[in-house]
Amino acid sequence: MDFTDDQLMRYSRHILLPEVGGKGQARIAQAKVFIVGAGGLGCPVGYYLAAAGVGTIALIDNDTVEMSNLQRQIAHSMQTIGMPKVESAKKTFEALNPDVNVVAIQKRISKDNILDLIRDYDIVVDGSDNFPTRYLVNDACFMARKPLVSGAILRFEGQVTTIVPGEGPCYRCLFEEPPPPGLVPSCQEAGVLGVLPGVIGGLQATEVLKLVLGKGEVLKGELLIYNALKTSFRKVKVPKNPFCALCGESPTITELTDYEQGYCSM
Amino acid sequence: MAGDAPDRQINIKGLVCPYTFVKAKLAMEAMEIGQVLEILLDYEEASRSIPKSMEDHGQKVLKVEKVNDTDWVLLVRKDKD
Repeated sequence: MDFTDDQLMRYSRHILLPEVGGKGQARIAQAKVFIVGAGGLGCPVGYYLAAAGVGTIALIDNDTVEMSNLQRQIAHSMQTIGMPKVESAKKTFEALNPDVNVVAIQKRISKDNILDLIRDYDIVVDGSDNFPTRYLVNDACFMARKPLVSGAILRFEGQVTTIVPGEGPCYRCLFEEPPPPGLVPSCQEAGVLGVLPGVIGGLQATEVLKLVLGKGEVLKGELLIYNALKTSFRKVKVPKNPFCALCGESPTITELTDYEQGYCSM
Repeated sequence: MAGDAPDRQINIKGLVCPYTFVKAKLAMEAMEIGQVLEILLDYEEASRSIPKSMEDHGQKVLKVEKVNDTDWVLLVRKDKD
């Protein structure tokens, strides 16, 4: 890849790293990342990946920007209240880095569109805020054999894991089924520290870049749990479940399902 | 080897850190193991920092020479991809 003078300056701190270099930066420029959700997690993930020079970043979200989002959803602003979140984030990311092609998809993701939507992308990032989407994204990524960087946040605690199809457990190996609606409080009901998605989204963006570069070790078969009140990071080993309904030896889930609504959809 | 003609030459006069090393590193990446890069520069600090960074990255610095009042010439052999 021939870098322009602007690109040499913009990416100089990457190019200096032995693990990245010009070749690694070229891989980042060619990468195509699909982000589910343009909220607390999707904003910092997309922001850092745009800064890093990821060539194509798709964002899917059906919501519009509200005042209550601005405490944590850093790609949005007073100027974009009322605008679709994906358009607001696209404006922010493109203002940061014109090298990046941001694909804004203002839709609700479903079993009928997800496989078509993620087909052309290398890596999927889950920044969704509800269980039906989390399981749908996990199942679709397993079927389409796409690496998935999953993140979740609530109150003061967040978690991250990286799922590489065929190379370790899937999300259903960790948690077999979505909890019944109403059992787990949503961010809307329980609150969330505004900076928490910045930490978790930053970790997700790091996982994405390591997958793109093929360097380091990703959180494969491990769940990283961050507690902001205690300032503690805990890594839990997660074995592959041989009886997993999706990725086990005798799978019973062979097609995508849209779970019942009734979950948080903030 | 030091007496041989380099396989590639770059002129990074006018550049300051870190772009001096960024340019040198990119030139090195595009070369084969065993090939020698000649770097012409006029930023004094880079005459010390580039050889150190090249050694840190596993390359072999063959020569660091001040050739006139303003310029240095470095010869670096690529030992590591």
